[in-house]
Amino acid sequence: MDTTNLNCVIIGASHAGANCAMELRKQGWQGNIYLIDADAHLPYHRPPLSKEYLSKEEEGATKFKPLFALERYQEEEITLQLGLKVTKVIKKLKSVILSNGETIRYDKLVIATGASAIVPPIEGIESCRKVSVLRSAKDAIQIQQDFKTSTNKEVVIIGGGYIGLETAASLRKLGGNITVLEREERILARVAPIALADYFQELHTANGVKIHTGASAIKIIETDDAIEIQCNNRNVFTADVLIVGAGVKPNTFVAEEIGAEINNGIKVDENLQTTVEDVYAIGDVAQFYHPTYKEWMRLESVQNAVDQAKIVACNIIGNRQNYNAIPWFWSDQYHVKLQMVGLSKGFTYMVIRTEADKKDCFSIWYFKNDALIAVDAVNNGKAFVLGGKFIQNKILVDPLKIADNTIPFKPNNFIKTEINAH
Amino acid sequence: MAKITYITKAGEEIQLEANSGSLMELAVKHKVAGIDGDCGGVCSCATCHVHVAPEFYQKLDAPTEIESDMLEFDDNVTEYSRLCCQIPISAAVDGITVNVAN
Ligand SMILES: Cc1cc2nc3c(=O)[nH]c(=O)nc-3n(C[C@H](O)[C@H](O)[C@H](O)COP(=O)(O)OP(=O)(O)OC[C@H]3O[C@@H](n4cnc5c(N)ncnc54)[C@H](O)[C@@H]3O)c2cc1C
Ligand code: FES
Repeated sequence: MDTTNLNCVIIGASHAGANCAMELRKQGWQGNIYLIDADAHLPYHRPPLSKEYLSKEEEGATKFKPLFALERYQEEEITLQLGLKVTKVIKKLKSVILSNGETIRYDKLVIATGASAIVPPIEGIESCRKVSVLRSAKDAIQIQQDFKTSTNKEVVIIGGGYIGLETAASLRKLGGNITVLEREERILARVAPIALADYFQELHTANGVKIHTGASAIKIIETDDAIEIQCNNRNVFTADVLIVGAGVKPNTFVAEEIGAEINNGIKVDENLQTTVEDVYAIGDVAQFYHPTYKEWMRLESVQNAVDQAKIVACNIIGNRQNYNAIPWFWSDQYHVKLQMVGLSKGFTYMVIRTEADKKDCFSIWYFKNDALIAVDAVNNGKAFVLGGKFIQNKILVDPLKIADNTIPFKPNNFIKTEINAH
Repeated sequence: MAKITYITKAGEEIQLEANSGSLMELAVKHKVAGIDGDCGGVCSCATCHVHVAPEFYQKLDAPTEIESDMLEFDDNVTEYSRLCCQIPISAAVDGITVNVAN
């Protein structure tokens, strides 16, 4: 395909968008590439925002880890337009309009607008000045400043998902008194099975973080020097810093404008094209059908953003590729590294493997009938890597051998032999 | 300034200089093929796997347990394998050569 005179416009310059721009060049896209983001920071890694960034004393925007150095965009002749929002897309004219009034025509459009943090409709939350979500560099700066200047270092976090828990661990490291309020009966309710949630609940408790489950904030009152959080169970908490980690919603606005189909994210086909021709969607904003897991899904992870960016670049250039990557994810809290590969949803049974000579090191292996579908590894990179390979290559493994920690951790010790398999 | 040489899978030799950051960051900055650094350098992705020239391998600080664990079953692992996001750039690595593993 001759792309010399074509324009590719990418909305959103984060993990998905920035990687897509780089990959387009790698695949040989000759035309212009416009990479646009409302965020004024040089595109940066988001995971450290709740981890390294918040757990260190020093502050300053220079510490955000860039996805790519500025020179890379220049060398690749990618027109990076930061601090500008796409306010409108005109389908008939194949054009996007930026917040500075500029119009850019596109031949191919990539929507990589990600997701925004949800602020739940709690009475008083709108008018509270000291409440932050954590999605962007700006949010992280705000939290760090609020925490630093607070007198009592009393932090309440609404939401016991990964971001809430990572934030709890990071601010705890800096000496904060942390309370996590989780509306569900357990933390990580939407994203991890019970065995794992229990482990993290204990980990946080042992580190002095107070976790209240079944605690739904219903009213927030801000006084001169504190914030009062009232819960459904009549409990009242006081904080000087209030952080909300209550999940995200996909930024589908642009796609709605051009009439693309939306259902918890922008619907895309196996080539990551939306229902509108020449318009693609990738990353946290995309709702896609996963051929391996045979299900529609929207994933929120670096892996998904980066891998979709690579696949969509191939498709844009005319080299058709289907997206079918095995998902993986990680979370760092205190000394614990959690790594997940595959998707455990719908598992029929699971086994837990501990390692004989190591504490704080285990893995959970999820099976659907005979097939291994996911592994959650706690401080166990071996289980993460090997589990991923088994899943990728659809290798039959023996759950009883996995569970037996007297059997050394070696691939051949776990693979089912022909006889066993029948 | 430390001089670092990367040799890609395709055999391309790339010489770079820097005095801070990690070997992964420098490679991503200069587009060394096969080093992606997807996780940003926290030992979570293994997209920064290299083989360190044997004479240099011993001079580096030993890998942490999580790094060795991530490498043990990775493709193309050798006794000189490292995740290069875990190798900081300093005078100590001046002259190092690494082969990109994947
Ligand atoms: C604090 C935190 C910790 C995380 N930790 C992990 C982790 O440990 N591991 C992991 O795998 N994942 C983690 N994630 C998730 C991961 O960061 C996301 O999955 C990833 O950022 C998704 O990338 P994306 O490019 O699809 O979307 P986003 O990163 O959300 O980026 C979308 C971009 O689009 C821009 N945008 C939106 N609308 C417009 C518009 N109209 N005009 C212009 N620009 C627009 C936004 O400004 C934004 O920069 C974490 C996320 C956060 C917030
Ligand atoms: S960059 Fe991810 S492990 Fe090195």
